[in-house]
Amino acid sequence: MTETSDIETFGALQDKEPQKPPRSQWRDVWDQFRKHKGAVFGGGFLLFITLAVLLGPYLWDLDAKKLDIRNKDWRPIWTLIWDGEAKAGWAHPFGTDQLGRDILSQMLAGGRVSMAVGWFAMVLALVIGTAVGVAAGYFKRADFWLMRFTDLVLSLPLLPLVLLAVTLFRQPLNSFFGGPEAGMFVLIVSVIGLTSWMQTARIVRGDILALKEREFILAARSIGTTPGKIIRRHLLPNVISPIMVSATLGLATAIITESALSFLGVGFPSDYPTWGKLLADAVPRMQEYPERVLLPGIAISLTVLGVNYLGDGLRDALDPRIRGR
Amino acid sequence: MLTFTIRRLLLSIPTLLLISLVIFGLLQLAPGDPMAQVPLTVPPDVKEKMRAALGLGEAWYIQYWKWLVQFFWIEPQVLIDHWFGTSFAEGKQRVLSWQTRSPVMDIVYQRIPQTLWVVGLAYIVGILIAIPIGIYSAYRHYSVFDQAGTFITMVGFSIPPFFTGPLLIVIFSVYLGWLPSIYDTLHVVNDWASFKVQFMQMIMPVMVLALQTTAQISRYMRGAMLDNLNQDYVRTARAKGLKEATVVMVHVVRNSMIPVVTVIALGMPAIFGGAIITENVFKVNGIGQLLLTWLFANDIPGVLTLTFIFAILIVLFNLIADILYGLLDPRIRYD
Repeated sequence: MTETSDIETFGALQDKEPQKPPRSQWRDVWDQFRKHKGAVFGGGFLLFITLAVLLGPYLWDLDAKKLDIRNKDWRPIWTLIWDGEAKAGWAHPFGTDQLGRDILSQMLAGGRVSMAVGWFAMVLALVIGTAVGVAAGYFKRADFWLMRFTDLVLSLPLLPLVLLAVTLFRQPLNSFFGGPEAGMFVLIVSVIGLTSWMQTARIVRGDILALKEREFILAARSIGTTPGKIIRRHLLPNVISPIMVSATLGLATAIITESALSFLGVGFPSDYPTWGKLLADAVPRMQEYPERVLLPGIAISLTVLGVNYLGDGLRDALDPRIRGR
Repeated sequence: MLTFTIRRLLLSIPTLLLISLVIFGLLQLAPGDPMAQVPLTVPPDVKEKMRAALGLGEAWYIQYWKWLVQFFWIEPQVLIDHWFGTSFAEGKQRVLSWQTRSPVMDIVYQRIPQTLWVVGLAYIVGILIAIPIGIYSAYRHYSVFDQAGTFITMVGFSIPPFFTGPLLIVIFSVYLGWLPSIYDTLHVVNDWASFKVQFMQMIMPVMVLALQTTAQISRYMRGAMLDNLNQDYVRTARAKGLKEATVVMVHVVRNSMIPVVTVIALGMPAIFGGAIITENVFKVNGIGQLLLTWLFANDIPGVLTLTFIFAILIVLFNLIADILYGLLDPRIRYD
C-alpha cells in the first residue's frame, strides 16, 4: 500500500515529456478565428474585394473614364434572362452609364479609390490613436492634457466638421498637390484620419495603464530599460489585439464616411469614380437603371459588413478568456 | 450629485468656448471668399464697403468676440422677448446669415420642428424596436432568433443610409407606388386623411434612421442582458420562486437598462449629425439639410452657429448621460 503510493509520488515529481509540441499563440488565435464562420466569410470577402480592385483593372482593361457615347445605357448582362431584347452583352457585363463608360471598370476603379481611402485613413487614425494612447497611459504628466484633448475632439460635431473641412480646403490643396485627385485624396484621408482616432486612444490608454503596473514592466525597468524600449518591446505587443479590433472598425467607418462625402457631392471630382460617387450619380435615374444604384451600394455594404464581421471574429479570437471555449 | 452636476456644468463652459474657437478658426483659415460671386464690374471701393457690411473688415478676434456676444448674450434675449413679449433685444445686432440676410436663429427655429419630428420619432421607434430584440436575443442566447438578430444588427450597422434611402424609394415609391418619395414639410395635419398622408410620408425617413438606431441599441441591450443573466441575484430571484417573467422583466431588464440608457443619451446628438444624409435623401428641410445649403453657399455665420449648436447638443447629452448613470446606478458615486 505504502509502497505503491511512494512510487506514484515519485512519478508525479518526474518531468513528463510533453504529449505534443507546444502551440504558438497565433496558432491558437487562428484556430479560434476559424470557428467564427461570419468572420471567416467577412475576411474572405475583404480579401476578395481587395484583390479584385488591385488586380481587376489588369484583367478587365477597359478604361473607366473612356466615353463611348454610341454604346451608352447598356443594361447588365443578367437582364437578358428575362428580356431578350435588352441592350446588353458580354462586352459590358455590368452595362454602361449615360456616357457609355463601362460600369464594371468604373466599379473596379472606384473600389480602388474607396479601399485606398479606407486603408490609409484607418492607418493614420491608428497611428495617431496609438501614439496618443501610449503617451497618455505611460507618461503621467501628459495624461491629463492628452485625455482632455481627446474628450474635446470627441465632443466636436464630426460629420459637419468633416464636411466643412472638405468643402473649404478643396481649392488650395488641389493646387498644392498638382491635380484635383491627389489633393482630394490627401484631404479626405487626413480629415477622416484626424476625426476617428479617439476611440483607439482611449482603449490603448486604458490597457497601457493596467499593463504598466505589471511585474514584467517593473523587471524591465529595474534592469535599466529606457522608456522607449519598454514601450516598443513590452507594451505595444501586448496592446496589439485592441488595436487590431479598432482597426477593423476604423476601416468600416472610413469607407462609409468617404462614400457619404462623395454622396453629398463634396468628395472627389465628378469624373473620378468612387463607390459613393457612382451611387450618387446614379440616384437621379434610378427608376430606369436601378442596377447602377444597387451595384455600388451592395459593394459598399458587403465590404463594410465583411469588415465588421472580421472585427467581431478578431475580438473573440484575440481574447484569451473566450479562446479555447 | 448636485456638486458633480454643477462642476460638470462649469467645466463645459471652457469646453464649449474652445470648440467654438476651433470651428471659428477652421472657418477663418478656409480660403473661400464670400465676395467671390460678386461681379467683376463692381468697383473695389464698393466691394470694400460690402465686406465691411458683412463684418469682414475687422481682425479675427474682434469678429470672434462679436459672434460670442451675439450668440451668448443677444440671442438668449431674443428668445426671452419671444416668450414673454419683453423688448430686451430691441435694436441689437443679431447673428445674420449672409445668404438670406435674416437672423440665423430665426431660420434654425423654423427648421427645427421638421428635424425633431423625423429624427426624434425615428430614434424613439428605433429604441422601441431594439429593446425587445435585445432582451429576447440575450434570453435565448445562441438560438435561431439570436443568430438572426445578430445578423440583422450587423447588416443595419453596415448598410449606409445613403444606400437604404434610395433603395426604399425605388421599391416603395417607384415600383409599388405606396409611399411618397419626398417629405412635404408644408403639409398641415388637421384631420384623419391629412394625418394619414403625414404618416405615409414619414415612414421611409423614420425607418431608415431607425434601422441605424436599432442596430446599435439592440447590440448594447443584448450585451448588458448577457452580463446580468449570469449574476447571483438572478439565481436568488429564481430560488425565491418568482415567476420567470418577473425575474427577467423586472430584475434583469431593470439592471441592464443602466448602460443602455446612457448609450441612448449619448446617441442623441449623433442622430442629429447622422440625419444630414437622410434629410438630404428624402428632401426633409430640417437643420441637417440647412447646414449643407449654408456650407455650399459659403455662409460663414450660419455654418458657425449651426455647427456650434451641434456641439452644444453633444456636450449637453454627454453631461446628461453621466448624470443619468450616477442616478440610476447606486454603485457609481461621483463625489
